[in-house]
Amino acid sequence: MSQFAINILFVGASFALYIGIAIWARAGSTKEFYVAGGGVHPVANSMATAADWMSAASFISMAGLLASGGYFASSFLMGWTGGYVLLAMLLAPYLRKFGKFTVPDFIGDRFYSGAARNIAVICLITASVTYVIGQMSGAGVAFSRFLEISNTAGIWIAALIVFLYAVFGGMKGITYTQVAQYVVLIIAYTIPAVFIAMQLTGNPIPMFGMFGTHETSGVPLLEKLNSVISEIGFREYTADIDNKLNMFLFTLSLMFGTAGLPHVIIRFFTVPKVADARWSAGWALVFIALLYLTAPAVGSMAQLNLVTTVYPDAKGKVESYADAMENPIMYSERPEWIKTWEETGLITFVDKNNDGRIQFYNDKNADFNETASSRGWEGNELNVNNDILVLANPEIANLPGWVIGLIAAGGIAAALSTAAGLLLAISSAISHDLIKKTFKPDITEKGEMLAARISMAVAILLATYLGLNPPGFAAQTVALAFGIAAASLFPALMMGIFSTTINNKGAIAGMLAGLLTTLVYIFTYKGWFFIPETNMLPDNAANWVLGVSPLSFGAVGAIINFAVAFSVTKVTAPLPDEIRAMVESVRYPKGAGAAQDH
Amino acid sequence: MAEDKTNAAAYWSANLRLIFGSLIVWAMVSYGFAILLRPLLAGIPVGGTDLGFWFAQQGSIVTFIAIIFHYAWKMNKLDEKFGLGE
Repeated sequence: MSQFAINILFVGASFALYIGIAIWARAGSTKEFYVAGGGVHPVANSMATAADWMSAASFISMAGLLASGGYFASSFLMGWTGGYVLLAMLLAPYLRKFGKFTVPDFIGDRFYSGAARNIAVICLITASVTYVIGQMSGAGVAFSRFLEISNTAGIWIAALIVFLYAVFGGMKGITYTQVAQYVVLIIAYTIPAVFIAMQLTGNPIPMFGMFGTHETSGVPLLEKLNSVISEIGFREYTADIDNKLNMFLFTLSLMFGTAGLPHVIIRFFTVPKVADARWSAGWALVFIALLYLTAPAVGSMAQLNLVTTVYPDAKGKVESYADAMENPIMYSERPEWIKTWEETGLITFVDKNNDGRIQFYNDKNADFNETASSRGWEGNELNVNNDILVLANPEIANLPGWVIGLIAAGGIAAALSTAAGLLLAISSAISHDLIKKTFKPDITEKGEMLAARISMAVAILLATYLGLNPPGFAAQTVALAFGIAAASLFPALMMGIFSTTINNKGAIAGMLAGLLTTLVYIFTYKGWFFIPETNMLPDNAANWVLGVSPLSFGAVGAIINFAVAFSVTKVTAPLPDEIRAMVESVRYPKGAGAAQDH
Repeated sequence: MAEDKTNAAAYWSANLRLIFGSLIVWAMVSYGFAILLRPLLAGIPVGGTDLGFWFAQQGSIVTFIAIIFHYAWKMNKLDEKFGLGE
């Protein structure tokens, strides 16, 4: 069977499974549509949460980010998992006790203010829309590479599949589909990793193999990787860094952002009990950790494989790495997988010094240029897009065809599951918070369901359009979505639960202050609304205030939010008694069952 | 009613103490061992690198899982003890 047929088979079978589940789990009420009836088993809910959380970026890009970023990129690993500790202890159980459908619901009720609710809706929609663009284009890349169709057709197919199960199934359909998608994506991610860990270290468990011994050379794998890449001018993978403040704040922003992203929080509204929300956060992190603990192993091993493919002399036991890196392979002898990826444009080669060989090195490293020119090198000749590391991983390691089919299905599952979760968060904010709570309070349940389905369909069309014509800010997802969630939503939710004094004016002022300072800081360096050339200062460390990168500013925005909220509350009217009673009530699990039936 | 109030207050402060302790561990493994204190741990070798690096890419995540399960387990006992569970 050809590779193309195998890919079609794997992707087709996974789609048939998702559609089958969607038909089985059709939503009949708004409660089923928004929160799956509040009756999903905590372990199933956690798998769905994990699939919802692990996006195309986690599946496709993270290993590449680690491979190129090394130690600094650990922020992604810690930030995107550490946020679950905050969720489990500071938000999830209390929001589940509160027993409503959406995040703006809580903010609107707790701060007894339509304005607060609407600010939350705006934050939610902005963060989610930015995020969903990346999913659609990620699905497009996976489709076009593996199914040999155009990117455009790939995005339309992805939109159609999501439409089928999200619009009809609502949260119930999405949740059970995500359980299946989690299984597909985790198998797809770990199997190639196990094979590669075996090949390189003899240890089948990637997270142990990464800290094990590289078999053919007899030195530790990470030491081997460090020696190989530092000889071609790259930073050592494990090298420590100087600017710890930035790494600290970046990790903190990602953690606050993770805890404040609405599409993650609403997952905890779907479990039957408050205690289940706590367990569910723990299990979700277990399922997420399976991928996140494997990612650095995939990143480091794939990087080593890539470099030793180009420099075959560096493969085994090496006396002098400087000598081993003098003879890169001839372009005419490059392996098959480089040829396939060249067709997609994600790998490019330019023979700058016309010697017919592939010089792959870091030509931006000034200290290395002398060595490079003494070897007759005139610039890096091979550009490898970070995103292909995971997708090309099985081919680089010469794994069987079915593993490649599996990776195709896994990458698509990761993109679709996150897109569906985001679309649900967007549509419920529109139909529930805007239409029902703000514009048309007398809408019937049937009318609200219809409104939810229509807004979901519109959201899918918008996401498809933006996936096809990605705006400049698509690449800024991390700064924008996490910045907004960290600086605005997370502090508001936390104060809503842990403070019995913060009032409506304090919360609104705090949210606006956190949101605006963060946006202004990001736009100052990245350009207003990410329009190129409109940035007021160059985006580099020398110009950042106290060396804080715009990516790391969310944590600072959160602190501003807290400070402003407390100050404004001090000088305005105290919290009404009935709101104080509500805050008290979300703190105790007792009575959550009754709160469900409203 | 008054008794209920003190009971509830005791439950809440027990919860806050537990959260506080958990957050110290949470910050210690990530912001401490993996980031700020990494130079101090540089002398402890782990598979080709040092302990701080291991915490940054593996150890902190494993600890986070342990923190959440410990918290969930302790809170369930508190729910029961104070009669505030479901």
